[in-house]
Amino acid sequence: MPDMDFKVITMGHGSGGKLTNDLLDRGVFNLFDSEILQKRHDGAVFNLEGNIAFTTDSFVINPVFFPGGNIGELAVNGTVNDIAMCGAIPKYISLSLIIEEGLLVEDLWEILAAVKIAAENVNVQIVTGDTKVVEKGKGDKIFINTTGIGIMHSRADIDMSRISADDAVIVSGPIANHGMAIMSVREGLTFESDILSDTRPLNEMVISLIDRFGEDIKLLRDPTRGGVATVLNEIAHSCKVGIELQENVFPIQKQVKAACEMLGIDPLYVANEGIFLAIVNKTVASEVIDILKSFEFGQSSVIIGSIQKDFPRKVFVKSKIGGRRVVGMLAGEQLPRIC
Amino acid sequence: MKYLEEYRDEFFVKNLLDDINSIVTREWKIMEICGGQTHSLVKNGILNMLPDNIEMVHGPGCPVCVTPVGMIDKAVELALEKNVILCSFGDMVRVPGSAKSLLAAKALGADVRIIYSPLDALKIAEQNKDSEVVFFAVGFETTAPANALSVIQAKKSGITNYSILSSHVLVPPAMEAILSDEETRINGFLAAGHVCTIMGTLEYELVAKRHNTPIVVTGFEPVDLLQGIKTCITQLENGDAELKNQYTRVVRNEGNKEAKAIIFEVFEIGNREWRGVGNIPSSGYKVNNKYSEYDALVRYALKVENGKENKDCMAGEVLKGLKKPHQCSLFGNSCTPSSPQGAPMVSSEGACAAYYHYGF
Repeated sequence: MPDMDFKVITMGHGSGGKLTNDLLDRGVFNLFDSEILQKRHDGAVFNLEGNIAFTTDSFVINPVFFPGGNIGELAVNGTVNDIAMCGAIPKYISLSLIIEEGLLVEDLWEILAAVKIAAENVNVQIVTGDTKVVEKGKGDKIFINTTGIGIMHSRADIDMSRISADDAVIVSGPIANHGMAIMSVREGLTFESDILSDTRPLNEMVISLIDRFGEDIKLLRDPTRGGVATVLNEIAHSCKVGIELQENVFPIQKQVKAACEMLGIDPLYVANEGIFLAIVNKTVASEVIDILKSFEFGQSSVIIGSIQKDFPRKVFVKSKIGGRRVVGMLAGEQLPRIC
Repeated sequence: MKYLEEYRDEFFVKNLLDDINSIVTREWKIMEICGGQTHSLVKNGILNMLPDNIEMVHGPGCPVCVTPVGMIDKAVELALEKNVILCSFGDMVRVPGSAKSLLAAKALGADVRIIYSPLDALKIAEQNKDSEVVFFAVGFETTAPANALSVIQAKKSGITNYSILSSHVLVPPAMEAILSDEETRINGFLAAGHVCTIMGTLEYELVAKRHNTPIVVTGFEPVDLLQGIKTCITQLENGDAELKNQYTRVVRNEGNKEAKAIIFEVFEIGNREWRGVGNIPSSGYKVNNKYSEYDALVRYALKVENGKENKDCMAGEVLKGLKKPHQCSLFGNSCTPSSPQGAPMVSSEGACAAYYHYGF
């Protein structure tokens, strides 16, 4: 941590004056050593060849430090993953901080360090950014926006309209970890658990799938907010197909399942930050699983269902006891039930 | 998970369905009391697996659904106008009052917090000594011990900025009201396993005898529910009307004595308005005189008035088991989980929400 002569962020750090420069010089510019960033221009200037993928995401998570990570790495991984889901290789991201007055500098430092590690980990450069400070009560410690650019993989043909009957639906890892980890530390809901957020970059796994299978990988989505069920519903609606899932194969960690049971929450609607759904040509499905399983975080990847011609726009789950139920869109936030 | 996975076993389910098919000879109407049971029946597709001559009627056992509109209005008033920190269980905050829900009050700046245990509300009171904290204590007998405990703890620790807005309801008086209603003609009941875990089974034995109606205390998993249905049908076919306990892995006849003692330290039985059903005598808990300083109704001199409801909403008929959710003209049209017109659509345990969510 750089030696700062202040312990908390104040309005002055967002004024554009000396305090802002202190914070940026010793904090931000010192930490992120991208040549493009060091030019300290109003924007980043660089050269890109080929088709690009471009995405943006804002992170407002509460609490900012959670079991398994913090808002910093989440902000990098989230945008990296959105680029990866387009079938692109992430290259550059922007980092925009909205800090609430009173944030401890050591907390900010820990968050920025997590940003740096997460970015280096996937070989992306932070090339531009912004820092604003808002009055106490007008924010929630810190909000982060990241915008990212990636170069499309030459073999990628990720397009929802290419989905057709019999395609396999694959999930790359255990579901519901992130949402339940956050819930376990939310005020009023605290329960003891060792559930960790799954925040992690998915680009490596995704790129190796596209390298190998090209256009047979038809769609990639990371089921963040709203979880697996929401993403699959969006797909079913947009493509006018039915999706049938097998309940007894969903990968889910024991402790996550127990927490969901206890709170009365359906894990299919719980947020994830380190898994993806892939819709692939049936003929390559088992090979896709083989490749995914060669990655540390793809060990529990599995085919969870298939695309159907029947019942367009509906997602079904075949229940364990043989019944069938519709998995609809969630209305509002999932709330823990009373008893 | 032990005591869970085996109760979701496909093989046991098939056998139980075969048994039920071979026993049943006539049409029977069975009411499952608890919203959790309704949810499980729908979620697991059991309603479609039962023989046609068994009709499952969905009971009023969703505490969030039967909390009167007037009571929600008071909670909203406390949060918006009296500047209290209003703590509530999660599924209560979305339920519409006359003008707005607690969630809408929160959006307007009220300090509404979702908690999982009333002891967390007490913690919030301890941490915010300059504010008043009110916990919206809704629920059946199941949640009453923990809610009462928070009041006992508050008194013991000298916490004076805490009170509860009690809207507790009791199951047996509701069952009696349903059985006394000539329209309903329920032949048998699956009683709510969780409620009986606290209260035991004695009250239900009396109801079964008085109304000559079989009652089976039943759990919530597919095998539980089918065992409960089988036991109920067997009794009906044999002309028996007894209290049986399917949920023996959890429910003891005497219930949980310690929990009951805690309830009656803080609460006394009183009349209670049920949303959609009406006033049922001796069907709720109110805070007793000894703890009246922890009763938000007393503390803020609140008068609960009748709230406004959508006239076309059939919540009352649904809660009494007279109508199925999809028989309501609002169902799926102007009434959906994102814009609920009646409480059974808003709570995840409500029958309307279960039907909507699982695509009936």
